[in-house]
Amino acid sequence: MSELTRLSATEARQLLDSKAITSVELTEAHLERIAEVDERVHGYLHVMTDVAREQAQRADNAIQSGQAAGLTGIPVALKDILCTVDAPTTAASHILENYVSPYDATVVKKLREQNAVFLGKANTDEFAMGSSTENSAFGTTRNPWDLNRVPGGSSGGSAATVAAHEAMLSLGSDTGGSIRQPAGFCGVVGLKPTYGRVSRFGLIAFASSLDQIGPFSRTVHDAALMLNTVAGHDPRDSTSINTEVPDYTASLGYDLTGKRIGIAREYTIEGLEAGVSAAFDAAVKVLRDLGAELVDVSLPHTEYALATYYITAPAEASANLARFDGIKYGNRKEEATLQETYLRTRGEGFGPEVKRRIMLGTYALSSGYYDAYYVKAQKVRTLIKRDFDQAFEKVDAIVAPTSPTVAFPIGSRTDDPYQMYLADVFTIPANMAGIPGISIPGGLSDGLPVGLQLLGKAFDEATLLSIAHAYEQATDWHAREPARLS
Amino acid sequence: MSLSLEDVNHVASLARLGLTDAEKETLREQLSSILGHIEVLSQLDTDAISPTAQVIEVDNVMRDDSASPSLTQDQVTQIAPRSEKGFIAVPSVLGGPDEGGSA
Repeated sequence: MSELTRLSATEARQLLDSKAITSVELTEAHLERIAEVDERVHGYLHVMTDVAREQAQRADNAIQSGQAAGLTGIPVALKDILCTVDAPTTAASHILENYVSPYDATVVKKLREQNAVFLGKANTDEFAMGSSTENSAFGTTRNPWDLNRVPGGSSGGSAATVAAHEAMLSLGSDTGGSIRQPAGFCGVVGLKPTYGRVSRFGLIAFASSLDQIGPFSRTVHDAALMLNTVAGHDPRDSTSINTEVPDYTASLGYDLTGKRIGIAREYTIEGLEAGVSAAFDAAVKVLRDLGAELVDVSLPHTEYALATYYITAPAEASANLARFDGIKYGNRKEEATLQETYLRTRGEGFGPEVKRRIMLGTYALSSGYYDAYYVKAQKVRTLIKRDFDQAFEKVDAIVAPTSPTVAFPIGSRTDDPYQMYLADVFTIPANMAGIPGISIPGGLSDGLPVGLQLLGKAFDEATLLSIAHAYEQATDWHAREPARLS
Repeated sequence: MSLSLEDVNHVASLARLGLTDAEKETLREQLSSILGHIEVLSQLDTDAISPTAQVIEVDNVMRDDSASPSLTQDQVTQIAPRSEKGFIAVPSVLGGPDEGGSA
């Protein structure tokens, strides 16, 4: 592996700006790395070789003329649910196979404006529905730490490519944990910003009251760098909030004196693996040694979050995915009538998990069940959000494991959908409440990464990043590499 | 919670999802099981709780009613599965066996 692919984006930024390296060199090193390992990892659905080379050249020109921005010349991967005009956007679904969007997602446009380099489109569970990337219609991504295990999901490709040094940074999306859980499984940093912090225009919608786009990186500073670029109001997304975007790299701390960090007893559940529990306890000790005051908090409705999510998210998904009907774009299985065309296009175009969620959501919204399921879930959502509001009156952040287990073997949970859903039990509550969350490398259990999750107040990503940075600097988990991939 | 095959057929029809018989049976079992787990919510008394549909407070967002360029006809027909003379071509809307919507 070239040393260039070992650099953090922040280190690369300095070397690019001092003309010690070029973006063309950096990009070629990553394309070589992809050629070397992606056949095994399958993190990419589409490698954008020609686009990347052209962008790298343009980035070098921009740097030469003194026009470098935060991500100029930095090679990144994009979850294949973010629309791009110069590569297919498939959502890992047959129904959008070969689809090329006529417009860029706002986050893509922002990266383009800085002359970032697009290495390719990263694999995901179909329409971001899943926790393992096994629901991709185009093959499972493998965990770089153990190729027989899942990378997590749904943004498994975005996590695996960064972990395998096939990308310096990436973007994913998180509806119930789809950034934080794969970041934890793959031993990288994954940040779900506050609902409303980043524009979703051009993100293929899954559950619109929950979806949020965020970065993957190998260091906390790099995540801050990416958030600086993508955060902010967008007139094309009316749910993006018009509040100031601070420089997230400016507030990264080393010391936690005066910080109050909550531990919720409800996160100690049956099914929490011993290795995860041990890593978590050790991480809490590090936080305490750094000066933080650890405070017990209670989030009493945590046990209801999963059930709430599996009404809310499928209900919203069933409405959002109604647009995939084979008429205006995507694939059509044409029959004699429109009705038959709909049935066959959707029946053959969607995979099993997507069908399951459309069915579940349609059921929860259907006449006679709407109040019992959908409205009930919305009311419990109020209780979940209230839990966090009350906890954050006492603390600056809450610390928890990212997932109850480490990455599980491929195929081990595919028979029972509910077992798969349990993988997100610690990440779902943040989406229900709209608050930000970050997963950072927090230890190893039998050689597999354990994610440490920090949850924060709405629009207070700066505090999360600051605490995460202090922990990272005091430990060396982020510097470990998946040895077996070499 | 146990769903009948009739329930599955009804929901599939509402969702315009063409399913095979095997898929219907699998979904009947799996959805029944998932709904069983979701029953846990009935433990909570939520009569006095107001629902949360989304978490941010936003008012209606207005913009000036001014014209600006949108996608071109070519861009739109290019991504359509079938187009003719600048239009998106679709199969017969009326006259099919399921005319009038859901079965």
